[in-house]
Amino acid sequence: MSMLNVGRPSRPEAAPGGGHQTLTGGRGLLQDEGLIFEMDGWDKTGVDLPEPDLGAEDLGDLIRQAPIGLPGLSEPEALRHYVRLSQKNHAIDLAIYPLGSCTMKHNPRLNEKMARLPGFADIHPLQPVSTAQGALELMETLAHWLKTLTGMPAVALSPKAGAHGELCGLLAIRAAHEARGDARKRVLVPTSAHGTNPATAAFVGYAVEEIAQTADGRVDVADLAAKLGPDVAAIMVTNPNTCGLFEREIVEIARLTHAAGAYFYCDGANFNAIVGKVRPADLGVDAMHINLHKTFSTPHGGGGPGAGPVVLSAELARFAPAPWVTHGPDGLGLSEHAEGEAGASFGRLCAFHGQMGMYVRALSYMMSHGSDGLRQVAEDAVLNANYVKARLSGVMTAPFDGPCMHEALFDDDWLEGTGVTTLDFAKAMIDEGFHPMTMYFPLVVHGAMLIEPTETESRAEIDRFCEALLALAAAAKAGEVDRFKAAPMCAPLRRLDETLAARKPRLRWRPPEPVLAAAE
Amino acid sequence: MRFTKDHEWVEVDGDVATIGITAYAADQLGDVVFVETPALGKNVKKGDGLAVVESVKAASDVYAPVTGEVVAANAGLADTPETVNQSPEADGWFAKLKLADPAELDGLMDRHAYEAFLATL
Amino acid sequence: MRYLPLTAEDRARMLGVIGAPDIDALFADVPVSAQLSGPVDLPAHMGELEVERALSAMARRNRTAGEGPFFCGAGAYRHHVPASVDHIIQRSEFLTSYTPYQPEIAQGTLQYLYEFQTQVAALTGMEAANASMYDGSTAAAEAVMMAHRITRRPRAILSGGLHPHYAETIATLAHVAGVEIVRQAAAVDAEADVVSAIDGETACVVVQTPNVFGTASDVTAIADAAHAAGALLIVVTTEAVSLGLLKSPGEMGADIVAAEGQSIGAGLNFGGPYVGLFATREKFVRQMPGRLTGETVDADGRRGFVLTLSTREQHIRREKATSNICTNSGLCALAFTIHLSLLGETGLRRLAALNHARARRLAASLGEVPAVSVLTRRFFNEIAVGLPAPAAEVVETLAGQGVIAGVPFSRLAPDAGMDQVLLLAATETTTEGDIAVLTSALKGALA
Repeated sequence: MSMLNVGRPSRPEAAPGGGHQTLTGGRGLLQDEGLIFEMDGWDKTGVDLPEPDLGAEDLGDLIRQAPIGLPGLSEPEALRHYVRLSQKNHAIDLAIYPLGSCTMKHNPRLNEKMARLPGFADIHPLQPVSTAQGALELMETLAHWLKTLTGMPAVALSPKAGAHGELCGLLAIRAAHEARGDARKRVLVPTSAHGTNPATAAFVGYAVEEIAQTADGRVDVADLAAKLGPDVAAIMVTNPNTCGLFEREIVEIARLTHAAGAYFYCDGANFNAIVGKVRPADLGVDAMHINLHKTFSTPHGGGGPGAGPVVLSAELARFAPAPWVTHGPDGLGLSEHAEGEAGASFGRLCAFHGQMGMYVRALSYMMSHGSDGLRQVAEDAVLNANYVKARLSGVMTAPFDGPCMHEALFDDDWLEGTGVTTLDFAKAMIDEGFHPMTMYFPLVVHGAMLIEPTETESRAEIDRFCEALLALAAAAKAGEVDRFKAAPMCAPLRRLDETLAARKPRLRWRPPEPVLAAAE
Repeated sequence: MRFTKDHEWVEVDGDVATIGITAYAADQLGDVVFVETPALGKNVKKGDGLAVVESVKAASDVYAPVTGEVVAANAGLADTPETVNQSPEADGWFAKLKLADPAELDGLMDRHAYEAFLATL
Repeated sequence: MRYLPLTAEDRARMLGVIGAPDIDALFADVPVSAQLSGPVDLPAHMGELEVERALSAMARRNRTAGEGPFFCGAGAYRHHVPASVDHIIQRSEFLTSYTPYQPEIAQGTLQYLYEFQTQVAALTGMEAANASMYDGSTAAAEAVMMAHRITRRPRAILSGGLHPHYAETIATLAHVAGVEIVRQAAAVDAEADVVSAIDGETACVVVQTPNVFGTASDVTAIADAAHAAGALLIVVTTEAVSLGLLKSPGEMGADIVAAEGQSIGAGLNFGGPYVGLFATREKFVRQMPGRLTGETVDADGRRGFVLTLSTREQHIRREKATSNICTNSGLCALAFTIHLSLLGETGLRRLAALNHARARRLAASLGEVPAVSVLTRRFFNEIAVGLPAPAAEVVETLAGQGVIAGVPFSRLAPDAGMDQVLLLAATETTTEGDIAVLTSALKGALA
């Protein structure tokens, strides 16, 4: 059996209970809020609509007769329901989210205002292009900023997320090899890679092979050289890598890859460390996705939407997916079909043009910072991470010595003998008012803890954070195991039984029988 | 009962081999939530993927320790995957293979050797 | 700079604690040849006022849907979203929160996703739904991949009424996944044609209703034919509001539903971000891509929600994952669920009825123009009409007069030989006046 990522406790162990019990479950500012399906609003509606002046008899037996099973809420009830839910969420606006490789920076509110201008929000992707010149101008302007910051000549804007961008890059690479009759079979990926890298490569039909890591946390160039060959299509490398380290040999890595006739795909998740300081084109990158929701501040929104435009080399540019913005005598246009000059395009990645709402937000951010500000962003991001590393290094152990880039990586050696695991430590951080750092990633480090503060944390906030971790570390070393095993005790809920959720999946509310059988 | 370095066990009765994962592996995996067992009639070579066992945070491939044809799969695991944690080396079996080459068993460890191997990990 | 809290003193002090002489020491691993000596050639920082001016100028160069008569549909629809939706999604705890990987401090997100999953399942008439996909088109592509995995068969048949962009998106993925795509010729009303193409090699048939020409169909017979051959039926819907009036895909025998949820909660936004709805049968749940939220209890026995069945996903399965997807459409899913909670079944049914009534008015009005033939017989809120001239030219002429007349089918499929077909949608935002102005303008342009 392959020990692919050792299982961790997914069920709370017996532990001392939380404190004061209230009579009804409410707790200070928090209410115990049920599901909308439990509020008996089956006939209610919070939207006033006029009566239609014509019926639907023309649709005959196509009409939906059976009840749908959707409750309604009046506006006051809806506000209360969702505001109560919101109180149970951590957010960047509340405190640091030190998640490695997620770049949880502040989400500027100007971005939100700009995205909501009717001229951007109330336009249809398929209205005549002559009536949407400003939208196309915005896309071109964003493209210009992305190309200039990366040094790359082309960019595909349409991918809807980072992983979608990886797909875009690999599809372009595959198309490029097919076009010269040189179809290849393998993709090389470092052992520290993010899961989307091998998942994407496998999906596109490549066999995935791992490149070893050196003792100082970087790609083993000798191993790479040994594994490159005429059947390798691409390498997928993150730089700085997922251990928070800059790949010193990156130029040599790119050279070797190109010499083998392969392409260098760069996972741009960590671009925040080098934006404005280094251009990926100067490192030999052929394609790189950029997470607008990481480096360029578009909001994470509880898990999405993201956007993952992909910058491309001159060689790969002609395989880019439709659509793209064109320049003509009548102004800007859109090339929407893979034919004629666009004949080499690998096709479409999605309906319409991409995540316009995120383009507006990202451009608003870029223009606010400007080229000087973006350079300062990378410097402050790297400074903050190194400061965290310096403050914690006396107590927490790190797998790799020396400075880091924008994120600091620790392992769990320092917890040995305490009975406290990385997971327990993380849950205790919640009680101290902090969201845990990324845990157990990258997979190459045991009990990994990856901390990325970003540049939008003040020194005071970082000091608060470090002091909390140091206090917890001291508690762990002093043998206060219960504090960690029972954590969290102050959060809206205690540790949740993920085993139960996976063994007996309940993915939707169901009415208690026999009421509303049609809701099933 | 014989064992592999990948923590599979094999129990042979006539020319049918019953296969599962060891108590050590089950413990490392944590709470098992799902097992993907092979289709009846499938032919597997020694070392091929035979099944997949999932916990909440991990999915692990279980490899065939011997070559053979799948003649039974433990359907009960679909409803009670926890059997793998409760009784990994008995009721928590995954599949039964009709042995193609009984000589392959000679290359596997007995319990004593397996426990010595575990001590080195 | 307003988004950078560190002061010069902070930086100096922190460098001291780190033990680095200057910030460049921390970039020492960057090859010298790649170190930029100064900012790249782009404008310097700007205050809010300047950014607003620059972006507002771009925004003003677009003709908004609300400015006058507007009839574009073809996969994205203009609906009215209640004011409270946008307020709620801008709450810090929703806007600036992350994927709920620490469930104890993310019950807000997890609960609304659970409610969303329940709503989507109910709306589509299916047993289980996921926590959203990027959009309807990528959801449709993932549905085809899923059918391929389940049936282990090589071919997918795409009906002639499927939105051409959806067909192209499916084809892009199918090409590398080794799935053969059979695209039937574009046709206003030929969904039943897929039946004769089904055989033992068919993994799935993909049928859209209402289709890109607006035709609403009963696909029960197609479901039966697919199942008889061991294939799956994937039903695509690009107008989620239609599910408030028309029989659900689940009732008609769909195995997977891939839909665009943009109509509920999200504005037009020039094509994105949107929200993909994905629903299926209970028995296929472990083959579903994307995130899933499930119910459980905490250490004190209180009900809570967590992300579950994660072993399908890339961060665990890596190269064996069901898909490479990492994000869902979070905030758009929240907007969808809030809007649908405000509507409720009562409101949704009325909204759908209103949309249909407006479309009937539109069809009746256009039907009286001699040069125009209404091609769609049974529709929800979108129709296809035949014109005596290329539709793209007519649309351009009318745009010059301030009327956005709809989407020429040639824009979606230039090689379909349907250059004279125009697609028009009417929603609750369409007025009698809009219809009158459109009709009069068309008469004038076609005279």
